[in-house]
Amino acid sequence: MKKNSKVVSYNKWGYIFLIPFVLVYLVFQMIPLVSTIYNSFFENYRSGLKQIGPNFNGLQNYVTIITNGDLPTYLKNTLIMWILGFVPQIILSLLLGAWFTDPSLRLKAQGFFKTVIYLPNLIMASAFAMLFFTLFSNSGPINSILVQIGVLETPYQFMAHIWSVRGLVAFMNCLMWFGNTTILLMAGMMGIDPSLFEAAQVDGATATQIFYKVTLPLLKPILIYVMITSLIGGLQMFDVPQILTNGTGDPMRSSMTLIMYLNKHLFSKNYGLGGALSVFMFIITGILSMVVFKFTTGEDKD
Amino acid sequence: MKKKVLGLLLSTTMLAGMLTACGGNNNSGAATTDTSSADGAAATTAAAGDEGKVLNIYCWNDEFQRRVKDHYPGYTETDATSGTIGDVTVKWNITPNQDNAYQNNLDEALLKQGDASADDKIDIFLVEADYALKYVDADVTVPVADLGITDADIANQYKYTQDVMTDSNGALKGLSWQGCPGVLIYNREAAKEVLGSDDPAEVQKSVADWDTFLKTAEQMKAKGYSMTATTNDAYRVFSNNVSGKWVQNGKVVVDPSIMKWVEMSKAMVDAGEVGSTSDLWSDDWSKGFYPDGKVFCYFGPAWMINFSMAADKEGSIANAGGWGATEGPQGFFWGGTWICAAAGTDNASLVADIMKQLTTNKDIMLDIVSADSDFVNNKPAMEEAATKDEFAFAPLGGQNPLAMFCNGAEKCDLSNQCEYDQGCNEEFQKAMKNYFDGNASLDDALAMFNSAIVEKYPDVTAE
Repeated sequence: MKKNSKVVSYNKWGYIFLIPFVLVYLVFQMIPLVSTIYNSFFENYRSGLKQIGPNFNGLQNYVTIITNGDLPTYLKNTLIMWILGFVPQIILSLLLGAWFTDPSLRLKAQGFFKTVIYLPNLIMASAFAMLFFTLFSNSGPINSILVQIGVLETPYQFMAHIWSVRGLVAFMNCLMWFGNTTILLMAGMMGIDPSLFEAAQVDGATATQIFYKVTLPLLKPILIYVMITSLIGGLQMFDVPQILTNGTGDPMRSSMTLIMYLNKHLFSKNYGLGGALSVFMFIITGILSMVVFKFTTGEDKD
Repeated sequence: MKKKVLGLLLSTTMLAGMLTACGGNNNSGAATTDTSSADGAAATTAAAGDEGKVLNIYCWNDEFQRRVKDHYPGYTETDATSGTIGDVTVKWNITPNQDNAYQNNLDEALLKQGDASADDKIDIFLVEADYALKYVDADVTVPVADLGITDADIANQYKYTQDVMTDSNGALKGLSWQGCPGVLIYNREAAKEVLGSDDPAEVQKSVADWDTFLKTAEQMKAKGYSMTATTNDAYRVFSNNVSGKWVQNGKVVVDPSIMKWVEMSKAMVDAGEVGSTSDLWSDDWSKGFYPDGKVFCYFGPAWMINFSMAADKEGSIANAGGWGATEGPQGFFWGGTWICAAAGTDNASLVADIMKQLTTNKDIMLDIVSADSDFVNNKPAMEEAATKDEFAFAPLGGQNPLAMFCNGAEKCDLSNQCEYDQGCNEEFQKAMKNYFDGNASLDDALAMFNSAIVEKYPDVTAE
């Protein structure tokens, strides 16, 4: 009897320790989530000093967003910039992670390098974007250098060409996040039983073979985690392109992301359309995450 | 040891956080008790005597602050964002104008005006022509007559500065100390080199209308000068000469005059006669303030010559007095700052006095002209000053452009302004930049403008 009651009282502590999380979750996640969905059914915005609404208008906001055809464009922009940044990022991180964890390489000053590659992530994204904006402006240092060493004759307008802007955004995201990804992947790699590597080496496997046949398959859970968190982060891409293009997403909104588009609606405090757009994004994020998850776990059964 | 220090640090931060939170609560508690009495005072239009101790001023740059600091009797500066007039503390709330940030901030504060404590209520806010109507036609501004400023006090002001601030019931809601007719400001060095003379009358012949303006642009390009620093420089000149408002019957309309700007700018960009397609106020725009920028001309009113063209920086053209002014192809105005008294102010008589001193006191206004090279809103005084050499502008190399401004101020017509102007102007220039850069066809750029407007103003439609 006594033993039983002791177990129950431990359980109680479990719940008590959960309270802070549940409270924070309810206040900062659940309530905003529900109220966003609620708001999306109303016409509710401000024009100048006049407040219009909230008037219930059913699915009108959803219809507006589907019919004006902007959503697919901005989704495409977002995904393009995410993929452009994510592919080099994951390759770089895998490579660095493999080197750092490889005991046969015996890299010196590992702590230093691990810190350095993480550093870009410590800079505020907006400050980083501001820096790049200045570096790559028409009369900025990059253009001056390129003109002076004779690579270009006239300054290249980085901000006026679609692929240079997208490329810059992708490059910045890659630079900011590869350190973080490296550290996650390293943690995953270090969790792999070293005896497996030794066994592979004894069997005569090359370093490449070990990487593809041992490291990668065993790293899959971490890779999935990295993929999904990065995808969600990528869909929420905002500060870098917003600051770099001064909120315009120029040229021709080709670098405007979904959240930047959402931000445009919040300019007039348009909670209705903004809410509907957020619901769409919620669904899109859910679907894409499911796809990534299914795709990566499905292979396991082969 | 380290852990202890860290622990101490963390707990202090936490404690500090809690304390500040408590402080905040106390304040808001006091605020709610105060409101009722403050509202009562506001309702009776704040009879002088028990006036508030804090004067809150909302503006978007330090221009007005400098005017008050230099010319309002009794103002002492405490630091960059505060000062005192007698025993009243003046608090400056400065939010940049761009992308409607100033308006959004002001709107938030105005909507909360009723609940704010007396010391937090906005007393004065400034507006620009681009969005003046939004505030004039709302009950957030106090008619100047209610502040005790009579028609006789303001009889010398230019009529257009009052027309634009008059609401639909005929009540005047704000006053300005300046007039903003614009002129073409040209680089004397370039004029001598390319046109053979830097005399305003001679230069005027080369920029008398848009056709000759374009011909001069060709000549400038041949000598390595850009006609204007950016495509947006000439925008105001066209957008002020429109035949209708931006938004008519709830629908956005692009005026033929603005389309003329698009056509001309595209031709100039393609011919390489414009420095860049960047925004005004960008680095590419302001590099022409220095000789190395190689820019022939800017379009601007008096405040630009004094306030924006780096006149206080060693090595700039303005610093050396290297600019000249002439009327240019078309008359226009740009900006202009009006002082509005916010409804609910608890400093009505002080607000009225600031308005009176800065916008009607001839001595102070002439002071502003000679000290700051501004064009002030006092017709007789300006006409008198136009003939005197002592009012010549230093950045213009001793030229006295006031006669030109006097002329322009008479012709200013702000009847085609509407409350959507700032958003429309900004978005239109942004969209057209894509066309100029060759990233979009004209139709695509116009479509992008339309969608941007609908996003920004959900109550406006576009085709």
